[in-house]
Amino acid sequence: MPKYLISVNNKMMSVEADADTPVLWVLRDHLNILGPKFGCGVAQCGACTIHLDGNAVRSCVMPVSAVANRKIVTIEGLSTTGNHALQQAWEELDVAQCGYCQAGQIMSAAVLLRENPNPTDQDIDDAMAGNICRCGTYLRIRKAIHLAAEKLSSK
Amino acid sequence: MKSNISRRHFLKVSALSSGGMLLSFSFLDHGVKASPVEDAAFAPNGYIKINSDGSIVLMAPNPEIGQGVKTSLPIIIAEELCVDWKKIQVEFAPVDIKYGRQTAGGSGSVRGRFNELRTAGATAREMLIAAAAQTWNVPSADCTAENGEVVHKASGRKLNYASLASKAATLEVPSKPTLKDSKDFKYIGSRIADVDAHKIATGQPLFGIDTRRKGMLFAMVARPPAYGKTLGSVDDTAALKVNGVKKVVKLKNSVAVLATSTWAAKKGRDALVIQWNATEKLESTSEHFASFTAMLEKGAPSPARNDGDVDSVKANAAKILDVTYEIPSLSHGQMEPLNFFADVRDEKVELYGPTQVPAQVKTEVSKQLGIPEQNITINTPRQGGGFGRKLMTDNGVEAALISAAAKSPVQVQWAREDDMQNDFYRPTEMHRYRAVLSKDSLLAWHQSGVGMGGGTRGDSYVAGALANYRSEGQGFKSNIPTGWWRAPGANILAFVAESFMDEICLELKKDPVAFRLELFEKAIKEPVGRVGYDPAKYKSVVELVAKMSNWGNTPDGIYRGFATWFSFGSYAAQVVEIKMLKEKPKIIKVFCAINCGRVINLSGAENQVQGAIVDGICHSMFPKVTFVNGAVAETNFHSYQLLRINDAPMDIEVKFVESEEAPTGLGEPGLPPVAPALANAIYAATGKRIRKMPFAGQLG
Repeated sequence: MPKYLISVNNKMMSVEADADTPVLWVLRDHLNILGPKFGCGVAQCGACTIHLDGNAVRSCVMPVSAVANRKIVTIEGLSTTGNHALQQAWEELDVAQCGYCQAGQIMSAAVLLRENPNPTDQDIDDAMAGNICRCGTYLRIRKAIHLAAEKLSSK
Repeated sequence: MKSNISRRHFLKVSALSSGGMLLSFSFLDHGVKASPVEDAAFAPNGYIKINSDGSIVLMAPNPEIGQGVKTSLPIIIAEELCVDWKKIQVEFAPVDIKYGRQTAGGSGSVRGRFNELRTAGATAREMLIAAAAQTWNVPSADCTAENGEVVHKASGRKLNYASLASKAATLEVPSKPTLKDSKDFKYIGSRIADVDAHKIATGQPLFGIDTRRKGMLFAMVARPPAYGKTLGSVDDTAALKVNGVKKVVKLKNSVAVLATSTWAAKKGRDALVIQWNATEKLESTSEHFASFTAMLEKGAPSPARNDGDVDSVKANAAKILDVTYEIPSLSHGQMEPLNFFADVRDEKVELYGPTQVPAQVKTEVSKQLGIPEQNITINTPRQGGGFGRKLMTDNGVEAALISAAAKSPVQVQWAREDDMQNDFYRPTEMHRYRAVLSKDSLLAWHQSGVGMGGGTRGDSYVAGALANYRSEGQGFKSNIPTGWWRAPGANILAFVAESFMDEICLELKKDPVAFRLELFEKAIKEPVGRVGYDPAKYKSVVELVAKMSNWGNTPDGIYRGFATWFSFGSYAAQVVEIKMLKEKPKIIKVFCAINCGRVINLSGAENQVQGAIVDGICHSMFPKVTFVNGAVAETNFHSYQLLRINDAPMDIEVKFVESEEAPTGLGEPGLPPVAPALANAIYAATGKRIRKMPFAGQLG
């Protein structure tokens, strides 16, 4: 099996996996990084969202061969102590119901806020439409993104 | 170890070996015999654990599927125990028969346990107070409990629970502890964030899919590609050549591939060459609807309910409304695809995974493996949604069978396509509703349903408020499995009945809100037969939502629809506001009034209702399951469309009717009124009456 060097949450990691193995399963099964979740396997639900060189991507359809020597950040690496403004806002507004999709939601929202520090509802809807929440927490997700934007702008 | 057990009482107290106090409740009122508490590690029933180190652990006894009971149930205990919520820890209780109903379903967790959990907390509080009173040699009545301490006000002395725990454990259990006055509630009715909020936001491994054990293999399973097909020959040569694949095991009607990673298991599974034989009829949705139409035409021989004389009213009718509704099947689509961990070895079984009915999984595994239940442990993690799918035991049982056959601990992972093809679907149904009208009143109602399920029920309103009422249902035999889907029955019947009611109001030129109130008033003053709902509570939510939405004064450019429904003990009334954008409805706002008795956690309760409304909009508008020769045409979220954030309303205003009554259901009751309220709003906007789900394809 081929070997790949990938940077995950600022650590270089070596994995041996078939070239077509999706990054999601490399993270979960090879590296025991369990934050990214499996929901559909076809880039439709966003539960597996990670950052690849700063962009939000669906790790369930990204083969490991495509990420060699590139920089991956998962929910575990979003902040050092779990205190990213989005994570704080998610807790304060008690966004989650089952919670399964929320790491993916937060990862998508983090890229949105980096590129657009003060998004409108429309901006949020456009940026977050790739992440499904089956429990229907979308209203609190919108509010939490606005709250995180406020927190970041007052820093 | 001392144990002080009052036989008549359902609460037991014992000292922990570490010098703390363990309060366990064995639910003798469920007819289960109590066994003595031995140690926290071995006898953790539903309990409060107060350790000498000051830590207080409250147990959440029911599975958490996103309905919030890992938070709301401990809140009830904490309220009566008088502890500081920020300082307690919450753990899932293990699954044990001493717990009673450890099920997540029927919106039953909070309403089933409210009084028991209050009593549990109050008992512990009184014993801690008694321990302090003895220590100070003062009357218990002079002491109070607050924030995890007992206080003697007169002298200003204080002792924390930790220092009192050992002594309290030696005291008599009070037979009738005094419950708090509700006006002194500190937590019940307030806003408390989910106990796992931080872990969720930081992506910690909370779910079944995150299970990792030493020596564990990952498995994927090839199951029949269509209902009606069964397993024939299997060639696993190519599968066994896939990197990482370790074993292939054959079950009765499926084949499992075990490997060192999920991906390897999937590749191995996909490499199996299997002959599937059609051994039963391969059914299709188009044929189902054709059969239903014929069955409705023929009518049902014996009605479920038959008040007055619908036939003779019909015979003399000036006008009969006669319409038919088509309801497709749905998949549950919970975000976490099914999975389960099983380790079967040495006549023992360990099970861990998502299920709404852990006790039933245990019983079924025991039956199928011939291993006694006492040798089987089962626990549930936090679960990535349920919606009724996990009321079925198949995923847990299958994992146990695979582990037994492969002689290996195994984590069985379903792909989304597996979930879609192997569900217990909301039944496909068709309903024919007839109303006999005079110029200004509703004279008779005749509803007739047919579907894979039972068809229809006889007790929802307008039954009880109308002299001539008939309800009949016909079941349709199918080899496609059906099951419970959030607010079962109600999610279909509310759409049909409340859309129909809107048509009646238009014919009679009556205001939809006023007309419902008239009916409920009638059910109060001149009830007809059994009234299977509380018309006064119905009125309470209809009046509240009318007030919230300023009903009768629709803003310019906005179109409104109204509906109300009773389910799982609770009453919900909703007004949906839409705008038409390029001939498509855009939902602007939903108002919801709900009467669910006392609210435990306002944050969780509001989240449940808002979520149920989004869920209701989603499944009115977008997805459907279509069977084609036994196979499900919609294989994943590209074709089975769930609502995304851009289609979610901008605002959902939820108000709870103030109530001193014990809590009733809340996970489901917010859902049923949405579909009809939305369909009624679309009619108001477009003049197009929608009688078929999903709506989206019929618009624009």
